[in-house]
Amino acid sequence: MDFELSADQKMIVETAASFVKKELPLERMRRMREDATGWSRDVWKQMGELGWLGIMHPDTVGGFGGSFVDAALILERLGVNLVGEPFAASAVVGAMAVRTGSAEQAERWLAPMIAGETSLALAWAERGGRFDAHRVATRAEKVGGGYRLRGEKVWVLNGHAADQLVVSARTGGAEGDREGVSLFVVDGDAPGVTCATVKTMDGQRAARITLDCVVDADRRLGDEGQATAELERVLDHGAAAAIAEGYGAMRASLDMTVEYLKTREQFGVKIGVFQALQHRAVDMFVETELAKSAMLMSAIKVASPDPVDRMRAVSVAKAQLAMSARYVSQQSIQLHGGVGVTDEHDIGLYFKRLHVLGTLYGDEEFHLARFASLPTFERA
Amino acid sequence: MEMSFSPEQLAFRDEVRSWLASNIPPHIKAKAEMDAYFEHHEVMEWHKVLHAKGWVAPHWPKQFGGPGLDATCRFILTEELELAGTPFLSPFGLVMVGPLIMQFGTEAQKARYLPKIVSGDEVWCQGYSEPNSGSDLASLALRAEDDGQGNFILNGQKTWTTYAQHAAWIFLLARTDASAKKQAGISFILCPMDAPGVSVRPTLTTGGTPAFCDTFFENVVVPKENLVGPQNGGWTLAKALLGHERTLIAAVGASTRAIGRVKRIARATRVGDGALLDDPVFRAKIARLEVKLEALRMTNYRALAGAQGGHAPGPESSILKIRGSEINQQCFELAMEVMGHDSLEWFNEPGTVPAIEQWVPSSFNYTRATTIYGGSNEIQRNIIAKLILGLPSL
Repeated sequence: MDFELSADQKMIVETAASFVKKELPLERMRRMREDATGWSRDVWKQMGELGWLGIMHPDTVGGFGGSFVDAALILERLGVNLVGEPFAASAVVGAMAVRTGSAEQAERWLAPMIAGETSLALAWAERGGRFDAHRVATRAEKVGGGYRLRGEKVWVLNGHAADQLVVSARTGGAEGDREGVSLFVVDGDAPGVTCATVKTMDGQRAARITLDCVVDADRRLGDEGQATAELERVLDHGAAAAIAEGYGAMRASLDMTVEYLKTREQFGVKIGVFQALQHRAVDMFVETELAKSAMLMSAIKVASPDPVDRMRAVSVAKAQLAMSARYVSQQSIQLHGGVGVTDEHDIGLYFKRLHVLGTLYGDEEFHLARFASLPTFERA
Repeated sequence: MEMSFSPEQLAFRDEVRSWLASNIPPHIKAKAEMDAYFEHHEVMEWHKVLHAKGWVAPHWPKQFGGPGLDATCRFILTEELELAGTPFLSPFGLVMVGPLIMQFGTEAQKARYLPKIVSGDEVWCQGYSEPNSGSDLASLALRAEDDGQGNFILNGQKTWTTYAQHAAWIFLLARTDASAKKQAGISFILCPMDAPGVSVRPTLTTGGTPAFCDTFFENVVVPKENLVGPQNGGWTLAKALLGHERTLIAAVGASTRAIGRVKRIARATRVGDGALLDDPVFRAKIARLEVKLEALRMTNYRALAGAQGGHAPGPESSILKIRGSEINQQCFELAMEVMGHDSLEWFNEPGTVPAIEQWVPSSFNYTRATTIYGGSNEIQRNIIAKLILGLPSL
């Protein structure tokens, strides 16, 4: 039992904190809300140069051989300033999806992403599908030496900007079957890929993607029809990333609110002297500490080779994050009073982002249900 | 960054488990199965069993009769005992006054008191709260006057002196200087319960168990050598307990047992065509509570890792009492809900309700104390607001 950071990890935290503070202040996030892409390729390139984009990937695929914990430390700092660069969508989720394929495939699509030259996206969710990885209606029919993909993917994070999309599509079975799901790599600008950029509440962008295209067989990742379990593992990495980012955003929201209680005056005193508000702030602090615990647990356990161990930890942590995020973000606004409901004040930005992160890769309800469906739940 | 126990620690856990499997006396095991209330003689019987094994005082250093375990193994031992449902040993000697005597007592006091705490030959109770001094403990009024002949004369009343009826000794906070400001005039004094002028009135808890007492002091003569720490310096001792390890205060083991009980009752309870445990609405309720417990368990591990590394309790420790007590209460609320009509049970003949449910209504009532004792959760929030969040005061 040891939660101390190693010397390398302390360095990562220091670098990430100072880079985010200097290069990616909150005012920039406000400006990027108006940007068509929502993030900058220059900054992405810098993240590549800093070694961040390959930090959690093995050196056999061009990464730096770190762990997910290392990535979580960066994500936490990105969360503090609500940074829109697609670290989670591309360097975690997209990359993990590509890694379900062969070494050659990783070399082809992962190496340029790790260098910051390209970005990736995972197109998995469909209309009405909620959070089940195997709820896939998109079809992949064998044609000639490849596959014809037909279907629609929604809320594809970074789908509007990605050089490559990893798409889940059905090579067999019916819509809700676990069997028959395969993963394919599709270029973002391939003929027959139509992308509509959609805005998300937190000022970022996602895509609705319509597919009617043909891909070569060498773009299928892993065995045909066997991708569900791997896809779930990839999505759990997304959940763990959302938890780390969410914890960072939550801590920032708490800090901003406590600072407000120390400076705002009413009735001739700092409002932080009032016990009703103090106790609310303490409950926010309690929730934030619990979210931190959950973050550490999921960051460590997401790499567990035992799927039940992994799913249990991630579901506990994601459900806890959603509960904590809801409480902290709502009370942050409440304690700011009227100014907290204006777009000019930053606290509302955290409320929005925390809702998004609470929902992505499975919301509270989804993860509670999954937690309760695992064999570990029955062992009373 | 590592969140599992080391092979040595796991081996120790196996050792504890296998020892427990064959060393809990059968009548205690039977009560443990029900999470029943243990009578004092049963608690002391278990104390002696643990003492013979050398495990009665996990947190004590070897020189005073502790097993000399590191922070993690102490935690493992204590948690395994909690998970097995064995009697909760009286904390007043082992957890409270013992460590304070080690920290502040004279060599003579250590030699006089510590061995009998470990052996269980002398049971202690705590004299802190008074009828008019609860959360505002420093307003306490029990007087200890210097008679000029080497004694204190005690007059006043202590309340919530849990298990005073069984105690040989009480440690108490008493006012030794009425002219000083609140905290400054308080001393920490040890008093034998058989001293003339000490009387005890046991009272029932809402759980129907005889745990509480009022203890009265009428011209009780105590030699001044029973003072621990400096005269008028008792408040420092009172506060010192807060700085001790708090990984046990979260009651994660007890709540884990309670959730297990909820599930076992729910599995045996029919609704419609199936078991209540399979009802999605009910299952989600259990799951939500268990998720909160797991996040707390992880927070406890963070505190434990800090203690193992020799650090003073950090911010994560401060939330353990608040959240641990709330979750423990919620566990018993849920158990009552699973029981339906059986939750109306109140100390009837065995067999009135299934044995697994029999003690739940009492615990449901008694666990309301968990958010009050050890400094109410509101006081805990005041402390965090001031010391951790740095919020201003009026």
